[in-house]
Amino acid sequence: MTNVAALEAVGLGRRYGTKWGLRDCSLTVPEGSITGLVGPNGAGKSTLLRLAAGLSRPTTGAVSIFGERVEPNSTRHLRRMGYFDQLRPLYPGLRVDETLRLGHKLNQRWDDDGALALLNDLDVPLAQRVGRLSLGQQALVALSLCIGKRPDLLLLDEPVANLDPLARRQLLETLLGTVAERGTTVFLSSHIISELEPVCDNLIILSSSTVRITGSIEGLLADHRVLVGPRGDVRLSGADVISVRDAERQSTLLVRGRPPDLGRAWQVLQPDLDEIVLAYLSDRTRGRMVEPLSSQGRPS
Amino acid sequence: MQFRLDRKSGVPAYRQVVDQVRRAVRLGILRPGDQLPTVRDVVKQIAINPNTVHRAYRDLEAQGLTEGRPGSGTFIRRSLSKVPEEQPRLQRQLERWMRTARAAGLGEEAIAALVAEATESSKKEEA
Repeated sequence: MTNVAALEAVGLGRRYGTKWGLRDCSLTVPEGSITGLVGPNGAGKSTLLRLAAGLSRPTTGAVSIFGERVEPNSTRHLRRMGYFDQLRPLYPGLRVDETLRLGHKLNQRWDDDGALALLNDLDVPLAQRVGRLSLGQQALVALSLCIGKRPDLLLLDEPVANLDPLARRQLLETLLGTVAERGTTVFLSSHIISELEPVCDNLIILSSSTVRITGSIEGLLADHRVLVGPRGDVRLSGADVISVRDAERQSTLLVRGRPPDLGRAWQVLQPDLDEIVLAYLSDRTRGRMVEPLSSQGRPS
Repeated sequence: MQFRLDRKSGVPAYRQVVDQVRRAVRLGILRPGDQLPTVRDVVKQIAINPNTVHRAYRDLEAQGLTEGRPGSGTFIRRSLSKVPEEQPRLQRQLERWMRTARAAGLGEEAIAALVAEATESSKKEEA
């Protein structure tokens, strides 16, 4: 793996009127990785992806793809990139094969056989009008358009939202199969964390328009602990408290780092990814840590 | 071979892949010379990150269980049960020992602790 970032944002921000959709965002998506972007609705996930795709102009900072700065109104960055919009803007009146022909005409680099074979394998009827397909099939057509460009970087905004489990699975399998074949870098957003865990190397947690934490999934799991013990003040040298939940007599803390030995009254547990993400989303004042991601996301 | 992924087990996905290959070899479902599914096939089977499968395959190779042949794939190198014909006799001996231990008043936990202890100390002797 090389050290060139597939995507890099530096101080990236976008303001809509008086409200920031994304604020002071600096992050890297390593080449060859699958990086997930999680956060509640309205956290700025789509804003970030639209800025990366050059569909929106940043208010502050900049974003680059494979070292080249994304300039809205320029088409240079589009060649190496595929962007899957949350709304899957397809022409409902066009047939599936006509949609692919459009992809062929509008792109310099286009893999006609690949896109066709992909949809054929998935039993998507090529002669059908796009508007008459199921949501799952429409998503597959949108994905095959993105893949047909043979991009080096795929930006996917909520690719599995609104899909039933079977369609979700089909879409992910198709996506991951392509990644296995071509080594495409993928940056995808979702709010279904359990869906992302087996798929992603790295995770970026976004909330209230800011990046809360970035890291490899394995690193995040290794670095966090849940502590359950008597309510009251505890001193935690060597660990940062990310969130606290108090019950009548007990407190549950999610901490980052190695907690000191607190004695028998405290239980130390391994949180799952959901718990970690929720802890960062529930606390908006603390625990803002951003680290460079390794290219494979999994330090061995 | 057919992989499956338990998303709720908390066991990392690459470990699940490694464990499933080892189990298949131990049970004789995979034999020396057999080819493992390609990374792409595994990915399409269970929708996981290709890097995870690469890592599992690297682990298996580091364990000496498989070998990667450039351009053709990953193959099983050796079997995990070295002397299958010895196995029934060893099992009978172990069962006899278990019965003796129970008769001596040892509970399940004490027996498990003894087995773990013996496993460790016998390893040290070999080393």
